[in-house]
Amino acid sequence: MSNNVARRGFLVGGAVLLAAGCTSNEPAAAPSSAAPAPAPAASGNDQPGTKVVIGFSAPAADHGWIAAIAKNAESAAKQYSDVEFKPVEPTNDINQQISAVESLIAAKVAALVILPNDGQQLNQVALQATQAGIPVVNLDRVFPDKLAYRTWIGGDNYGMGVAAGHYIGKQLKDKGVSNPVIVEIQGIATLPLTQDRSKGFADALKTYGFSVTAKQDAKFTVETGNSVAASLLQAHKKIDAMWNHDDDQGVGVLAAIKEAGRNEFFMVGGAGSLNAMKEIQSGTSVLKATVTYSPTMAASAIKLARLIAQEKGMSDLVENQVPQSITLASETITKENVEKYLPLGFES
Amino acid sequence: MSNPAEAGPHDRFAVRAPGPLAWLGETRHLGLVIALVLLAIVGLVTKPENFATTSNLVSILSLAATIGVITVGATFVIIGGGIDLSVGATMALASVWATTLATQAYGPAVMAICAILVGTGTGLVNGLLIAYGRLVPFIATLAMLVAARGLAQRMSDRKTQIIQPENSAIVDLSTTRLLGVPLLVYIFALVVALGWVLLNRTTFGRRTYAVGGNPEAARLAGINVRRHTMLLYALSGLCCGIAAILIMARTTTGSSTHGDLYELDAIAAVIIGGTLLTGGRGTIIGSILGLLIFTLITNLFILNGLNTSDQLIAKGLIIVVAVLLQRRNLKERAP
Repeated sequence: MSNNVARRGFLVGGAVLLAAGCTSNEPAAAPSSAAPAPAPAASGNDQPGTKVVIGFSAPAADHGWIAAIAKNAESAAKQYSDVEFKPVEPTNDINQQISAVESLIAAKVAALVILPNDGQQLNQVALQATQAGIPVVNLDRVFPDKLAYRTWIGGDNYGMGVAAGHYIGKQLKDKGVSNPVIVEIQGIATLPLTQDRSKGFADALKTYGFSVTAKQDAKFTVETGNSVAASLLQAHKKIDAMWNHDDDQGVGVLAAIKEAGRNEFFMVGGAGSLNAMKEIQSGTSVLKATVTYSPTMAASAIKLARLIAQEKGMSDLVENQVPQSITLASETITKENVEKYLPLGFES
Repeated sequence: MSNPAEAGPHDRFAVRAPGPLAWLGETRHLGLVIALVLLAIVGLVTKPENFATTSNLVSILSLAATIGVITVGATFVIIGGGIDLSVGATMALASVWATTLATQAYGPAVMAICAILVGTGTGLVNGLLIAYGRLVPFIATLAMLVAARGLAQRMSDRKTQIIQPENSAIVDLSTTRLLGVPLLVYIFALVVALGWVLLNRTTFGRRTYAVGGNPEAARLAGINVRRHTMLLYALSGLCCGIAAILIMARTTTGSSTHGDLYELDAIAAVIIGGTLLTGGRGTIIGSILGLLIFTLITNLFILNGLNTSDQLIAKGLIIVVAVLLQRRNLKERAP
């Protein structure tokens, strides 16, 4: 028995040694992990003004995109000497996010930036904030009640599908392909954002007289992207174009395509991760383009919150105050313009 | 051979019908084989041009490989009267730990060893908690599921860790083919073969059936039940470590999101394969057949362009039907 204990001790000791050696991510992670510095405003809006405290609440990062949201918000706030950034612990639990926002209301922040886990379920607490006189900047997932927020800024899921549809439609039309096989790999199928993306995609393709041959849903993770793509490639021996909704799961999709040794088609991604941009830049990948849904919107949201709290307007517009709603355009990144986007790419 | 505590399948077929295909004689397995054949016929009828191709069959095996390796470990634990809910999280943790830049600096061999050690270590902690800490397996491994996933997220900073080009030897397991079959399928086959030998041809396997069937009787028969229980969980962890290498090869990444809900798939495969959740009975071959049925369903649904929700309903039905059939079989056999 004592002999066994000794052997076990050795095993555990080995694991501990290995733990000490292998946990760090330090060596090369440092340079690219900082979010890009947002561009300065057109006029004197960036000059220091009244000191404001901006509260920030977002879901916990289980995905590269959400992680980039938090990072973008923080780095935008750091740009300004007159902004005190006050983030609360990110969480995926609705209940916890409600109490986190309540704590920011109690702290009487000057403005709130909220990316809710679910707009419907956080609506009540956002309304409370507004009624307490705190302007709320609603980031991406919209609160159903317009009384609950001052300004909404977010991406365009339908527009993302449209951008992907136009890119694919135009490429195939130019090549003169008739009856193309177009495959779509969705994110989580039950989410409204996924359905909006698919609708935009189908609508844009329709203008070229094309339609989606097959679609399957993955779950925004590398592994699900991989297994869904592997099976789809089996189902369709010849594909002309593929749209994958999300660059994070796209890593798995690309691995499956490489494993199957397929290159007869081109692929379009979604979101705009750094990794996808590098693939596009290489020119040798099947990934030829990606349509953005950029997490830089969080940096813009902080800027908007600062302007609202300081009672300034957007200097490029005529109005004295910040608009009520801003929908970002989904931009198409190709080999030709990828250089310009690289600094905005997020790590998946 | 005549010890009643040893309910290994070979004991029965040694008497009944010897030969390489003897396991077909097992009624339970026969049912599974029939189910597989029926599914294959569905595939042949609905998608004749795609289903029976070599590349599709290879694709099914590659898909099954990762979770298949985990299922082998899970079969041991469940036959031994336990349950391991932490398998998916353990695999995620091993994949993350093996792909940190610090680990990657040592090259692919160290990455593979790291994944295996992390997996085994996690399993060992489960085993210690259950065997010596007297925690209920369900609770101990549930705690590990949550904690391992958290540690994986912390270690990776919730990012997807891509395998660097200089370590592509790991990815080669998935892209290099021997006789048209990716290397990872051979690893899967090897793990199944070794698992079968360990369960059916060694003292360790006999003790596993004994410990799961009646731990008190096993203890009186002189088996160190605690130590054996601990080793079973370590074995399950080892399988998770190997699975982590396979998922790294397939996806070219390590990530804290890998293996989500794998525990349920693995347990479902084991149950469909005829292993009793109460322990003491079960076979590796059954579990693998159960898993192949699941993988085949996924494949058929995607080939036919059907949606995921229907797939889940079909899988749920199959679990219920399989268990009902087994219960009937057990009754028929009872003296």
